[in-house]
Amino acid sequence: MSILVDKDSRVIFQGFTGQHASFHAQDAIHIGTQVVGGVTPGKGGQTHIDRPVFDTVKDAVVQTGANVSVVFVPPPFSADAIMEAIEAGIKVIVVITDGVPVQDMVRVKRYLIGHDAIIIGPNTAGVITPEECKVGIMPAHIYPKGRIGVVSRSGTLNYEAVDQMSELGLGISTSISIGGDPVNGCDFLTLLKKFAEDADTDAVLMIGEIGGSQEVEAAAWARDHLKKPLIGFIAGATAPPGRTMGHAGAIISGEADTAQAKMQRLAELGVSVVQNAAEIGKTVQRSLK
Amino acid sequence: MNIHEYQTKELFRSYKIPVPDGRMAHSANQALSMAEQLGGDGWVVKAQIHAGGRGKAGGVQLAKTPDEVQQHAENLIGKRLVTKQTGESGRMVNRVLVEQIHQIETEYYLGLVIDRASQRITLIASASGGMEIEEVAAATPEKVINELIDPAVGLQDFQCRKVAAGIGLSGKQIVKAGRIMKSLYRCFRDKDALMVEINPLVTTRDGQFLALDAKMSFDGNALFRQPEIADQRDFEEEDPKEVEASGHDLNYIALDGSVGCIVNGAGLAMATMDAISLYGGRPANFLDVGGGASPEKITNAFRIVLQDPHVKVVLLNIYAGINRCDWIAEGLVKAMTDLAVSTPVVVRLAGTNLEAGREILKQSGLNYIHADRLSDAAEKSVKAVNGGAV
Repeated sequence: MSILVDKDSRVIFQGFTGQHASFHAQDAIHIGTQVVGGVTPGKGGQTHIDRPVFDTVKDAVVQTGANVSVVFVPPPFSADAIMEAIEAGIKVIVVITDGVPVQDMVRVKRYLIGHDAIIIGPNTAGVITPEECKVGIMPAHIYPKGRIGVVSRSGTLNYEAVDQMSELGLGISTSISIGGDPVNGCDFLTLLKKFAEDADTDAVLMIGEIGGSQEVEAAAWARDHLKKPLIGFIAGATAPPGRTMGHAGAIISGEADTAQAKMQRLAELGVSVVQNAAEIGKTVQRSLK
Repeated sequence: MNIHEYQTKELFRSYKIPVPDGRMAHSANQALSMAEQLGGDGWVVKAQIHAGGRGKAGGVQLAKTPDEVQQHAENLIGKRLVTKQTGESGRMVNRVLVEQIHQIETEYYLGLVIDRASQRITLIASASGGMEIEEVAAATPEKVINELIDPAVGLQDFQCRKVAAGIGLSGKQIVKAGRIMKSLYRCFRDKDALMVEINPLVTTRDGQFLALDAKMSFDGNALFRQPEIADQRDFEEEDPKEVEASGHDLNYIALDGSVGCIVNGAGLAMATMDAISLYGGRPANFLDVGGGASPEKITNAFRIVLQDPHVKVVLLNIYAGINRCDWIAEGLVKAMTDLAVSTPVVVRLAGTNLEAGREILKQSGLNYIHADRLSDAAEKSVKAVNGGAV
């Protein structure tokens, strides 16, 4: 088991024939992901990396049974592509695109109501269940299979944490970067609930950032409901207030947004808080004992 | 992206949101003639900078005669204004806004933000106008009204009436305030704003509403479809290094420490800065080179970081996913050669094509400090700043 994606997931790429989508589709196939095709409007009927190309997501779903989509569509057209996937019945939509307008995501989230789909991203490195399914842009080879669930906002800090854990012999059940935008598809709480029910996950690592309150909300739920160790880190202790630190959502707008305040709240809620990003792996290892 | 008060008010006018009669001036003489053109028996001269706290810092001055307007403009333009939001060096005032003074009856607060928890645009209103809304919300949360807006149908009249009544308005004022709320929402939605604030929104003695002060910021990711907003960007309000960096598709924020940082990914960049601080150093900047960092990009990153005279050591920390260590290594060699870098450089590479990257660095004969891990990299950087053996 795992969460969101596994060896049975049937994956399509939206914006399939672009350079990055092609590269990562090949890497995904390499680790065993079932990439069943892709969508590029106007190129339907063609074949790309030995997979069929469709004009619409609906066509792809009908003809391949796709249930997961990876979106590489450029920012002006991303919202449309996500809604197309929702409407076509895709269950997990991973939006890699960086730079989607915030108000577009507000409308997408409204459109999502009443549909049984989960959106990861935008501006995300994606989701990986090692040795089964990669729907993202992470280097698959650094993710050993194991029993730690990872949720992060950042992509590269996720790699850093996984690297530290794998040095200590700890592998990953599923790892998800939810993306750095202020309005995104899926929050930490939704994923913690899924990890709570996953028999193959022994502990969950949550890597947050300054700005917003979703880490604290997730931890508050976990205190009463998660029967597994929860380890937390918040990046941005040295970030100046009022500045957007690369990720649009990483901004200190008030005292509660600071890394210090969030780490303190997490500790109060029973999370094993990592103060130094260089000690994420060790802290996860200790929490398993 | 932020714009000036006078620009926001111009935008408000096009949405029929009432603002005081006013004109922008670049010089004291121009301010004088603007006051004469506006007429009336009193004016306010407001320094135009992208920072709050202008009133307390002397950036907003009242004048009884056009000559006083000229004098105040003279005192403000060409000087640096230091407010609690500008930092010690303050901001250069290049223009002022001259407005007619009105007799104020009551002050309110009206604003819109994108609420992160509900992921919706939220209307915020309060009868405690003229104060900072965060402080009002912290001290007396019952005095702040939040009204979520459904993006499918937009802000409805009943919501406006509810909010207007909630801040103590009655009779025809409820209808008038409602019109302002709806116009403000349309403006916010049409222009891809992230925040708009009218503080204070006042009623005058003759019963009219006026947006006395106005602040607005916009979504940088939406500027591709908002060319008239993008044109209003004032580069003089930004750090020149940050402007140069954004031109090279690099995300740079200047800080005041001595360890220059070049990292890929915003999260890892912040965590690297935090680690430097934990080992007793101070980061000189935040810099995210992003994915697909070409040798040119790495060279540009080094150039920008080294423009800061306080930088005593540079830490390059790359965890390559979509990036490749061999490209990064090529970039490092090119940067250190092209720029003749003499500052100590700590290099930590990991991830995709690591061996190829290490080989390039070994062949190059470059003089740099090697680090295997994040802890290592932070510790060695701090030691190098202090001139100690690494």
